[in-house]
Amino acid sequence: MSAVPAKTTGNGALHAVRFVAPIVVFGAGLLAWELVVRIKEIPPYVLPAPSAIFLTLIKDWAVLSQSLATTLLTTLEGFIAAAIGGIALALLFNQSKWVEYSLFPYAVILQVTPVIAIAPLLLIYLEQQTAVVVCAFIVAFFPVLSNTTLGLNSVDRNLAGLFQLYGASPPQTLRFLKLPSALPYILGGLRIAGGLSLIGAVVAEIAAGTAGAGSGLAYRIAESGYRLNIPRMFAALLLLSLAGIVIYGLLALVSHLVLRRWHESALGKDT
Amino acid sequence: MSDVSASSGGDGGLSALSVSLRAVTKVYDSGVMALGPLDLAVRKGEFISLLGPSGCGKSTALRLIAGLAASSSGTVRVARHEGVPQPGHGIGFVFQEPTLMPWTSVRENVRLPLKLAGVAKREANARVDDALASVGLADFADAFPRELSGGMKMRVSLARALVTDPDILLMDEPFAALDEITRFRLNNDLLALWRGLRKTVIFVTHSVFESVYLSQRVVVMTARPGRIQADIRVETVEPRGEAFRTSAAYADYCRRVSAALAPSYSGQAVL
Repeated sequence: MSAVPAKTTGNGALHAVRFVAPIVVFGAGLLAWELVVRIKEIPPYVLPAPSAIFLTLIKDWAVLSQSLATTLLTTLEGFIAAAIGGIALALLFNQSKWVEYSLFPYAVILQVTPVIAIAPLLLIYLEQQTAVVVCAFIVAFFPVLSNTTLGLNSVDRNLAGLFQLYGASPPQTLRFLKLPSALPYILGGLRIAGGLSLIGAVVAEIAAGTAGAGSGLAYRIAESGYRLNIPRMFAALLLLSLAGIVIYGLLALVSHLVLRRWHESALGKDT
Repeated sequence: MSDVSASSGGDGGLSALSVSLRAVTKVYDSGVMALGPLDLAVRKGEFISLLGPSGCGKSTALRLIAGLAASSSGTVRVARHEGVPQPGHGIGFVFQEPTLMPWTSVRENVRLPLKLAGVAKREANARVDDALASVGLADFADAFPRELSGGMKMRVSLARALVTDPDILLMDEPFAALDEITRFRLNNDLLALWRGLRKTVIFVTHSVFESVYLSQRVVVMTARPGRIQADIRVETVEPRGEAFRTSAAYADYCRRVSAALAPSYSGQAVL
């Protein structure tokens, strides 16, 4: 670090700060939390210390890991359904204005109606696991749909003219022009959908939790709440947060890898 | 497209014509008359420039010839190759912007017209290599558009227009966005290509100097709706080069063309 020119050092230091600062804040927060709990002798059913949460995470790992797997599977299924459904619907809208005008309002209604209010109804009509996946789908599909639609409508006019000049068939235009043009938008939509499908899954699990048969992380949180097992609530919450971060990170990574050679969003500032 | 009819050979006096427009008009949906009535005949192998104030419909005329837009009345005739149908109906189009697909390499961009026409990859690649070599970009086949300078992107665009070996090259202010030095170089390269290939070139520009330097005929258009104001033949010793650009004859032609263009601007507000 000391050998590089001053300006680069400044940027490098700034870069390091971006990573180090939140970690320091996190560590300081944990330390303060631990100290407050110990000094004030707060009982764990009111506020567990970070160390207690960590111990619970290890002790209950068998139960929690299974719940994590359940929630992640639901999230994944909801996400895949949202990705396929959102992109397919956007392609359909793009083919026909009639279909778009007929269906788009319903997509919006589905989006703006809080899923927590729909979940109990879905649980009545559908099998529990299906209902949970459908919830995740409902929450996650709209950003994919609207971003893909935006992307498909953002095709360069001259490029479209070029395809027309060379007599491209509709499937050729879709494959070689529209989909690649829309790709950055689709990836942006998927990035949002990843986090939202986790939220959808959790919301549905909470709603279903009172009915009893669930085993996802949100169900664990609800169940531990009834039993006043507060450390386990925190441990489950921690796992949910981590899952959300990993999902976002993975999708951001995929987006970066796919776009890095050509799209402004993925290009380094130094190039 | 319905107004565009093909005339292939044996058409009496028309056989020497590459493009002919008769009483062609274009009225926008808004009711604005954009073009015409316009009469224009371009012989095979001729290099003509369409020169006029911005908004006079010269780009529209080019789009009509390319079949990218339909005329409101009149006939557009474009001579076709006899025998095998060509991709792009024997027309190559170079837009004002390079209009490259940013998500793929230079090679794939130039190969596009052949790919859309279903030309086998091996044959297509050979033709792409030839086209890239003809514009001096043989070493950049694997680069991505964003890695190239503005002038190089325009060369790629030109290579793509040439790869189908069209009879007619339509160019819509292709060098307008480039710096003067790059522009002069591309002018010279274009002339060299034209001398070698003897294609019909219709070159839209708003630069008097460029039109006189490049073309055998400068067609000066009026302000909207664009009609033909003057048709000036530029005769000089071929091949043209820097000597012509600095000659008295060149200056004289520029003066004449400017004079012909002046009335087109007189009615307009000074910007």
